[in-house]
Amino acid sequence: MQLWLIPILPLAGFLINGLFGRRFSKTAIDAVAVGSVVLSFAWVLKTIFGLGDLNTAHTEHYFTWIQSGAFSVNCDFAIDRLTVIMLLVVTGIGSLIHIYSVGYMAHEGGYYRFFAYLNLFMFFMLVLVLAANYLVLFVGWEGVGLCSYLLIGFYFDKKFATNAGNKAFIVNRIGDFGFSLAIFMMVKQFGSLDFGTVFQQAAGAPENVLFWIGILLMVGACGKSAQLPLYVWLPDAMAGPTPVSALIHAATMVTAGVYMTARSWVIYTHAPAAMDIIAYIGIATAFFAATIGLAQNDIKKVFAYSTVSQLGYMFVGVGVGAFSAGIYHLMTHAFFKALLFLGSGSVIHALSGEQDMRNMGGLRKYIKWTFLTMMCAAVAISGVPPFAGFFSKDAILLAAYHHAPWIYWLGTITAGLTAFYVFRAMFMTFFGEYRGHEHPHESPPVMLIPLVILALLSVAGGFLFKVPEFLGTIFPAMEVPEDMTLMVISTAAGLLGILIAYVMYVAKPGMADSLASSVRWLYTVVYNKYFVDEIYDATIVKPVVNGSRAVLWKGVDAGLIDGAVNGIGARARNVGSVLRLLQSGNIRSYAGWILFGSVLVIVAMVAVTGGVR
Amino acid sequence: MNLLVVVLFLPLAGFLIALLVPRSSPQGSRVWALALSLATFVASLGLLYWFDRNSAGEQFTIDWPWIAAPEIHFTISANGVSLWLILLSTLLTPICVLISWRSIQNRVKEFYAFLILLEFGLIGVFLAQDLFLFYVFWEVSLVPMYFLIGIWGHERRIYAAVKFFLYTMAGSVLMLAAIIYLYVRAQTFNYPAILDMLSSGRLSFDRGEQLLLFLAFFLAFAIKVPLFPLHTWLPDAHVEAPSAGSVMLASVMLKMGTYGILHFCLPLFPSAARTCAPWIAVLAIIGIIYGALVAMVQPNMKKLVAYSSVSHLGFVVLGIFSFTQMGLDGAVYQMLNHGISTGALFAIVGLLYERRHSLEIADYGGVATTAPWLATTFLITTLASIGLPLLNNFVGEFLVLQGTALANYTWTVYASLGVILSACYMLWLYQRVFYGEASEEVRHHVFDLNLREWAAVVPLIVMMVWMGVYSQSFLPPVSRNTARILEQTQVNVPFRVELKRGAEVSRAR
Repeated sequence: MQLWLIPILPLAGFLINGLFGRRFSKTAIDAVAVGSVVLSFAWVLKTIFGLGDLNTAHTEHYFTWIQSGAFSVNCDFAIDRLTVIMLLVVTGIGSLIHIYSVGYMAHEGGYYRFFAYLNLFMFFMLVLVLAANYLVLFVGWEGVGLCSYLLIGFYFDKKFATNAGNKAFIVNRIGDFGFSLAIFMMVKQFGSLDFGTVFQQAAGAPENVLFWIGILLMVGACGKSAQLPLYVWLPDAMAGPTPVSALIHAATMVTAGVYMTARSWVIYTHAPAAMDIIAYIGIATAFFAATIGLAQNDIKKVFAYSTVSQLGYMFVGVGVGAFSAGIYHLMTHAFFKALLFLGSGSVIHALSGEQDMRNMGGLRKYIKWTFLTMMCAAVAISGVPPFAGFFSKDAILLAAYHHAPWIYWLGTITAGLTAFYVFRAMFMTFFGEYRGHEHPHESPPVMLIPLVILALLSVAGGFLFKVPEFLGTIFPAMEVPEDMTLMVISTAAGLLGILIAYVMYVAKPGMADSLASSVRWLYTVVYNKYFVDEIYDATIVKPVVNGSRAVLWKGVDAGLIDGAVNGIGARARNVGSVLRLLQSGNIRSYAGWILFGSVLVIVAMVAVTGGVR
Repeated sequence: MNLLVVVLFLPLAGFLIALLVPRSSPQGSRVWALALSLATFVASLGLLYWFDRNSAGEQFTIDWPWIAAPEIHFTISANGVSLWLILLSTLLTPICVLISWRSIQNRVKEFYAFLILLEFGLIGVFLAQDLFLFYVFWEVSLVPMYFLIGIWGHERRIYAAVKFFLYTMAGSVLMLAAIIYLYVRAQTFNYPAILDMLSSGRLSFDRGEQLLLFLAFFLAFAIKVPLFPLHTWLPDAHVEAPSAGSVMLASVMLKMGTYGILHFCLPLFPSAARTCAPWIAVLAIIGIIYGALVAMVQPNMKKLVAYSSVSHLGFVVLGIFSFTQMGLDGAVYQMLNHGISTGALFAIVGLLYERRHSLEIADYGGVATTAPWLATTFLITTLASIGLPLLNNFVGEFLVLQGTALANYTWTVYASLGVILSACYMLWLYQRVFYGEASEEVRHHVFDLNLREWAAVVPLIVMMVWMGVYSQSFLPPVSRNTARILEQTQVNVPFRVELKRGAEVSRAR
């Protein structure tokens, strides 16, 4: 079915725009960039319809990538039902965001560069989901990280943007350190990295090996999917243009960790201890990030912490064995979070770059379409039935309850917090009186149409696409009885969150400020994100850098080793005379010097060893 | 006529003719150097074409009597490893000619003559199969590099050149002693003959003897690599050398050390090599981490790249002393990768120096605005250097780390830290040089690549992508040769069995 066409099309777009884009007109750049992704989406649809029910994976072999001795890694692509969902999300939402960007980026410099990077991202993301072995997956994995780095630092003359790009890349590298160690262990254990071989043999492998493979893979996933303690790069990543935040840092790339752990479910089901740790990290991240989201004033930062928190839910899904629920939430989250970001992009666009919600307010009168579509997403993320987020979040929480009730309760509290901070953002942005000085204007249709499509998906995506049933043939079945009470409780938590936000920010404005000042210290800690960045900086970054400079470079290298070398040099022979000798530039004298020294040593050596024998 | 003779003696003939070019015509020297180095490259492509990729042995063998007593032959041949190292040398020499075109303005004739002589010496080192001849080439390559640094270098060039010279001499004198000792024992300098005597049992060394001989050879090679803590000549030599010197030094000369370890130390003294392997592996790992950490805090671009070489070459040594097929393959691949990507780093840093006349990172910033294509090529090289998949270094690093993991998983855990650190120092460098606002100085002086510079950089970029995407063009001859070396050391048995078992199990299911 020519699966390779799916990623190659955006790659071609990248090459064309990257090499020649500077000389192209805007229209030509749009045609190449958007066209390649839409074509890729079309090819995904054609592939899916051409391959039937896909109960077993369809694999295509292209060439041998690396071979050494008996070990080889092939460039293979495979497609099964899990891949289908990922492909649809990536190319579908990717297409919408490309279209949106045509409007959003219209007045920005480096237009061709932006689209080239975005296309390159699509290429790597599609390689990631199509990979038939861990190493090809790792290609996509590192590649999307690269594009993330390039796009976060898109405004490369701004220091904060390039700092954020570096941070994203390096923190992800720490995660990849774990991922690559998992790969090395898998080769050691299974002799192969093909999904088929690894999963077949997993059942017979010792549990402690599987546990470590699982944990190391999870470390990788924690980097990419911004989980504790490696989440710190994602909020900073908002320095990139808003469509990037929507596509890479909300809908697709950051979910790669969830995809990868779900893909490795065979390993995890044989190492339940590793799964528990995933669930704990997931729920801790979900709660922790939600609390930070409560106190942020930058509209993108709110949604960034929200993304971290929602990814935590997906981790909980995978960790408690509800793999399909995790993927379900991955999909619905892609709809509503992409919409929230694109919507805030539209707000920022309307206010010519303003991101601080304290300078917004009352915008629903000026930018009605943006308001209406974002409202759909806000309701969806709050878990109000029958919007998309309700179904997937409910599936995860239900499974969590049967695994460990406390995870359910903490998840429900988080759901309440989520509804609160999202509606806090909505109310601060769209309700009350306008507090800024710009003249808000609605975005052009090229931006609004993607918003409307995503709004429809956020409303209806949950019951239109029943992911758990679709994935029933891939993942092991989970016997979880429907539980009306639990569903009502978690939904009520969401509604309560909305209500409190309404009271604090619409009905009684000013209440939020007085509440914040009554618990000033707590507010300060949360507002400053628990000072995690500062702590990392003081305990890891500074000691490493300063230690390298003062101890290793100046101390060991220049002091100890070079000191010894120069000392020996000076003692053995007066350096000045050596200099004169060598500087004469006479090759004959130089050669003679070598010969003399060599003969001397040879004679000594032969005499000594001869004597020993 | 044997093609090896052409590849080896073209540079020598070129060197002699270069000396005849009148001093009044520097352009003539440049054109001659370019033409000759390109001709040599084409000849080496012929070598690649006629090389039998299915044979593990030495090919294109030539054996001419040279000196009667003691009997020294002019014996040269190529194998699956040296083949690529020769191609690396012949590819980089014309590139070095191109990047020196404008930057070298005094004693132009001598500069290019030495550059070509250097190429001759390097090719000879990789081809020589007579131990004495090997030593001759080893020293021949030292001389032109000494002068390249000492004459065309920067302010502290004399100090750097002498340090480079003394360090290398210290090692090579010991090696010469060991070579003579081998001759005394085997009554020949012929390397294949000595190996033959070893495998048939006509020649053997007792434990202490073998250990001493191994260390004598190894020390010479380890200084050249350089292995921690013998590396301190490298940063000085790199910083002071002209760009072309840095490129040849990093890309090819350092490989003389690793090639020597692989080609001579392992087959000649297998049990000593195995005995020392844990110690050497630990030094290699220290080098990986230490080199990266020290690179991170360098204020000078060339020093940063130099310390990164210490880190990268640590991977090569680690791979070799893992004694696994993957480790050895990865080590060889990494030699080539480092040659390409670090060569490109030094070349582009040289282009920056030509424009801004500074190597201090702090003097730059915002270059991406004024020279976008230069920035792009440097970015691709940076990414290759930090091991991004689909670029060359990833394949090598993966094989080295994987091979090491099969031998000793703990080593891999520590060595992998280098992969995190490489991203730190390279991206930080990139940010400070290329991103940010362009200063007045940068805006006026740092312009984009011209056609000649494009011609120098593009081949390297193409190689980075090609070697990263399709390693099958390069790896099979390497594997054949490293498998033979492993057989000579007879030590990789358990890992091979382990892998085979895994593969069989998967086939059986």
